[in-house]
Amino acid sequence: MFNDIRLAFLWSDYLIFALVLALVAFVVSVVRNPLARARWSQVFRSRIGASSFLIIGFYVVIALLDSLHFQTRLEDTTGSGAEHYSPEVRSVLDVALAPMQGNDERTYSAPFAIYSFAKETEEMADGTIARVYPRLKHGGAHLENTSEHTADIVVKSLSVIGWWLIPCLVLISLHHVFVRNAASRLPWPVIYVTLTTIVLVCAWALEMSRYYHVLGTDKVGQDVLYQSLKAVRTGVLIGTLATLVTLPLAVLLGISAGYFRGWVDDVVQYIYTTLNSIPGILLIAASVLLIDVYIETHPEQFKLLSDRADFKFIALCFILGMTSWTGLCRLLRAETLKLSQLEYVQAAHAFGVSHWRVLMRHILPNTTHIILIALVLDFSGFVLAEAVLSYIGVGVDPSMKSWGNMINEARAELARDPVVWWSVTAAFILMFVLVLAANLFSDRVRDAFDPRMSGSGEQK
Amino acid sequence: MKPLLSVTDLRIEAAGTRLVDGISFDLFPGEVFALVGESGSGKSLTSLAVMRLLADALQITGGDVRLGSDSLFALTETQMNGIRGRRIAMVFQEPQSSLNPVHTIGQQIGEVLKLHRGQAKRQDIVQLLSEVGIPDPGDRVDWYPHQLSGGQKQRVMIAMALACEPDVLIADEPTTALDVTIQKQILDLMNTLRKSRDLAILLITHDMGVVAEMADRVAVMRHGRILEQASCEDFFRQPSHEYSLQLIHSLPQPGEYLQESGHDPLLELKDVRVWFAQRKGILQRIAGYTKAVDGITLSIGRGETLALVGESGSGKSTAGRAILRLEDIAGGEIWFAGNRIDHLSQGAFHPLRKRIQVIFQDPFSSMNPRMTVREIIEEGMESLGIRSAAQEREQKIRRLIERVGLEAGHLDRFPHEFSGGQRQRIAIARAIAVEPELIICDEPTSALDVSIRGQVLELLQELQNEMGLSYLFITHDLSIIPHLAHRVAVMRQGVIVEQGDTRSLMTAPQHEYTQHLLAAVPVIPQHA
Amino acid sequence: MGATDMLAYIIRRLLYAVPILIGVNLLTFALFFVVNTPDQMARVQLGDKHVTEEAVTEWKVQRGYDKPLVLNSEASGLDVVTDTIFYEKSLRLFAFDFGKSDAGRSIAADIEQRMWPSLAVALPTFIIGISVNIAFALFIVMFRASIFDTSAMILCVALMSISGVFYVIAGQFFFAREWNLVPISGYLPGADAWRFLVLPVVIGVISGIGGGTRLYRTLFLEEASKDYARTARAKGVSELTVLFRHIMPNGLIPILTSVVVVIPSLFMGSLLIESFFGIPGLGSYTLDAIQAQDFAIVRSMVFLGSVLYILGLLLTDISYTLVDPRVRLS
Repeated sequence: MFNDIRLAFLWSDYLIFALVLALVAFVVSVVRNPLARARWSQVFRSRIGASSFLIIGFYVVIALLDSLHFQTRLEDTTGSGAEHYSPEVRSVLDVALAPMQGNDERTYSAPFAIYSFAKETEEMADGTIARVYPRLKHGGAHLENTSEHTADIVVKSLSVIGWWLIPCLVLISLHHVFVRNAASRLPWPVIYVTLTTIVLVCAWALEMSRYYHVLGTDKVGQDVLYQSLKAVRTGVLIGTLATLVTLPLAVLLGISAGYFRGWVDDVVQYIYTTLNSIPGILLIAASVLLIDVYIETHPEQFKLLSDRADFKFIALCFILGMTSWTGLCRLLRAETLKLSQLEYVQAAHAFGVSHWRVLMRHILPNTTHIILIALVLDFSGFVLAEAVLSYIGVGVDPSMKSWGNMINEARAELARDPVVWWSVTAAFILMFVLVLAANLFSDRVRDAFDPRMSGSGEQK
Repeated sequence: MKPLLSVTDLRIEAAGTRLVDGISFDLFPGEVFALVGESGSGKSLTSLAVMRLLADALQITGGDVRLGSDSLFALTETQMNGIRGRRIAMVFQEPQSSLNPVHTIGQQIGEVLKLHRGQAKRQDIVQLLSEVGIPDPGDRVDWYPHQLSGGQKQRVMIAMALACEPDVLIADEPTTALDVTIQKQILDLMNTLRKSRDLAILLITHDMGVVAEMADRVAVMRHGRILEQASCEDFFRQPSHEYSLQLIHSLPQPGEYLQESGHDPLLELKDVRVWFAQRKGILQRIAGYTKAVDGITLSIGRGETLALVGESGSGKSTAGRAILRLEDIAGGEIWFAGNRIDHLSQGAFHPLRKRIQVIFQDPFSSMNPRMTVREIIEEGMESLGIRSAAQEREQKIRRLIERVGLEAGHLDRFPHEFSGGQRQRIAIARAIAVEPELIICDEPTSALDVSIRGQVLELLQELQNEMGLSYLFITHDLSIIPHLAHRVAVMRQGVIVEQGDTRSLMTAPQHEYTQHLLAAVPVIPQHA
Repeated sequence: MGATDMLAYIIRRLLYAVPILIGVNLLTFALFFVVNTPDQMARVQLGDKHVTEEAVTEWKVQRGYDKPLVLNSEASGLDVVTDTIFYEKSLRLFAFDFGKSDAGRSIAADIEQRMWPSLAVALPTFIIGISVNIAFALFIVMFRASIFDTSAMILCVALMSISGVFYVIAGQFFFAREWNLVPISGYLPGADAWRFLVLPVVIGVISGIGGGTRLYRTLFLEEASKDYARTARAKGVSELTVLFRHIMPNGLIPILTSVVVVIPSLFMGSLLIESFFGIPGLGSYTLDAIQAQDFAIVRSMVFLGSVLYILGLLLTDISYTLVDPRVRLS
């Protein structure tokens, strides 16, 4: 079977896997240093820290699954022996969500509906023509008798939850009895509950979408749940990539301004005041318009539709990053000013340690907590910004699934009666959970690394 | 006589750890009772517990505090507010931060009066200010705290505490943050007020000199317990506890001076100036200079210790940093081992860094928290090109760490796992790892507890004898000088006012300021 | 700080603004004319893929985009530099001469007319928002280190985690559509304006509560742990008085000085709120320009925005000297 597919990675796929590697390297360096390890274990020992981390992890796994792209080989019809691949690029997530993807309806339908949202003209059994709500092609198509609708949903839900709850409970008890190390003070009950919830929600949604559209369908009849899950990759990637673009600039400029002071500081301050003075959204909008023009004038570089969307997406991340590094830069400058007055930096100077080594060994490692907290906060900021940018019309490509695009498309339909609420709600919930988890996680990180800021730090 | 304030079996805990473990003492009218102890002994917690001002994380788990016939722990918060400031008042350690920066000092004193007396007349406030020795009280009543000096702020704190004529004054390290001459003035003021107002003072301190100067009775605290209680006289004559003896003897006895050795100059400063530019106006032109060091001349011989003494802001640390090239000099010459070094570029100065080393004051900020002890010691050796086979270097590092009194097993630990004294030993190991000839010691013991101070000084002296090191010992503490330094230079406002060999300078000071400084050092009565 | 020092300081800050505005100007010039040529702009504007060369040229001539970018080698005298796009379109901005939009309207007149509705929304949002946030923060600090504090903080984080778009959608849906309390969107000048302003202001305030309250709580808590608060308690001052008389004035200093920077920018309005609620302010003006790709307006708004920001920085510095006695007198 594997002979029939060809990996078709997009540029953003490579970037996301590079990110995972970088993350692994960071974890290794943390484990090596006992001080950092102690701080981090404080994060994971808090109940909120542990469960928000798991939730972020769940989103990242979805994004990673959606980043393994491939094309399937087409049947060789010409007989020329040349290999032809389907122009459609699919991801592993698409395979997993197959029941949601293929079964499109004609237009809107509410969650778990079996009838369409809009009336259609249909020829009845007796030959008359009437305006009726037609049955959906997929939603509830297995039901012979429509009166069983509610009962069917309840029974199916209960059975799938029960079916999956049992192995979960067994695994938890096994872990609790045999593996669990009494010395590790992780909040296991919370971890069990979070993981079980994730598993049950996944199982339930997958099972139910074999029979219904769990979150309804959109204007062109596509499954909303499928779209919102596809949008996870966009949200996670826009958060991480844009954050990562800010990193080198902010770190390099911020630390050198604080360390060298003098004219270096003047130049850096000039750059960031200038950038800051331009209203951020205008700068982003202007840059995105330029990218659009570039794409339009260079059609030969973008053969596939997905290439074009991907290019625009990476460019957007880059632009977001370029316009958002000033905050972290300013924080790092202030911290470096403080650090370089500390006696261990002075001692390093007295030992004739080179500037480069002082920066790499003494300054940078002692600013990691600031960088980290800012990164997680930036991440949630970018995820939220995506929705606004899509609304303004300078967000990700409309062909790409994203929460911003979903909201934007569904916004006009809010005026309908009865209201089409499910698209907006789905996007809202998925986005809210991710951003909330990231914000709570960054809170815990800050409490662990910077107890002064939490305000509840112990006083002596 | 009935005690005014009586603490019985007081216990304080934080997250299950007992910090104060059943202490009891009485405070009688008109007396000064000193609660002495080193950091972490629980003495400050005790004073805060009496006021019921402990932070939320700390809990009083037992005992009682009685003021006259009232049990303070049984009062409601509102009743307690009627006690604070009216019957028990408190003065804190940090005058710089203890006053509200956005209110005038008159408003802040007035607030206590209004609270407990119902009204605050301006003339009463002025009267209080003049009683605590604030010059020009009529004008300064409208000043903000930042316009006053540290000593004056502490005077304002005292005026505020005494405004409603309390029976008890709790003074928590009231002079620790102040220079020695200012400390003298504040202690004198407290002594005067105590007599004129018949005040009972609970004095919290770590400084045996202050105890000797002020206290009628003494209690020594350690690890949350009171080890002994005695009258001041008995205590210094015959301390009953080993630890008390250690505390008293941590202060050097006068009368022992180091002999000046032969003078073969290693480092010479000639008219060295360090000026910082003050910029003003539209174009930020240099409008003047802050003359931190304004023409100092001194020399240090091989194997000699020169103590550079001065109060805060005298420029003594800046002078040390200038020698290390951490500060640019504005004029003068620096000679080292017969070569002029002040005009060298950073690159040309590099080899000299091996020969001139430094030990800093704060053992908590002088080591990178993310490096192991081995990396910390190795860093200088690597950077200054002391290359040797890995095995040889490892052996050298082990020798060093053992020489300063730690174990080879400590090498893979991180700084935060060590106590202040141990950290300062690591800092010493780091400095001598490159085999320097001169070490600038910038207040290396002033952040340490007194009982540890002596050990670190002793180590420095042993190393001097073994390796023939020279020290420039920068300090504000005159009491440690006699058996440490061969010669002394006294600095004030950027210039050296007097220098000479230790014995003659300490016994027969010529300059008025030196006399002033020496007179301000609290003396412990000699009974040995 | 004396009056002359203060004046010297202000003049210095104003001079410092000049290189920044030049920087902004060069950046926008590079973005709009070098990266993106006038030819491409014309094609995008004229919309059709098969547009003729003549149409492009005519479009450029009409708007003055036919000139050379920086140096006009064909002109003589001063015209070498003045008869160029850079001079006409970028340098003119320094004299607040915004010129005409690509659609042919006078930008200056548009701005003058549209900044008042913007201000009518932004100013009340700003003032009410800060007051509400400070009040909430103080209230939470009063119950610090309790269950109430913890749950209020989690609520704040939750509110922060909701995109602004949702606040607007939910607000319009419930307040205007379901409960019919106010019109969904639109604007009328004059006395009736308030009916259209209520909802945008309320939404603006609510969407800022999470982040604002949380930040101000941290600032107040930092002050509460300082030594002077302990001194006040030791004087016998009750906890409530300590909070309001001692902690609050000190905490307000960083709060007030940090919000001053946005005051001049209030004129610019809010892109999101104005376009959702159909308020004819500068925010929706900018958004329309972005969507219509009218670069002349975008350029002008970028410049105006940075001028206002720099003005805000200046006001920040001045406000320090007004509210903080330590800066005022030293």
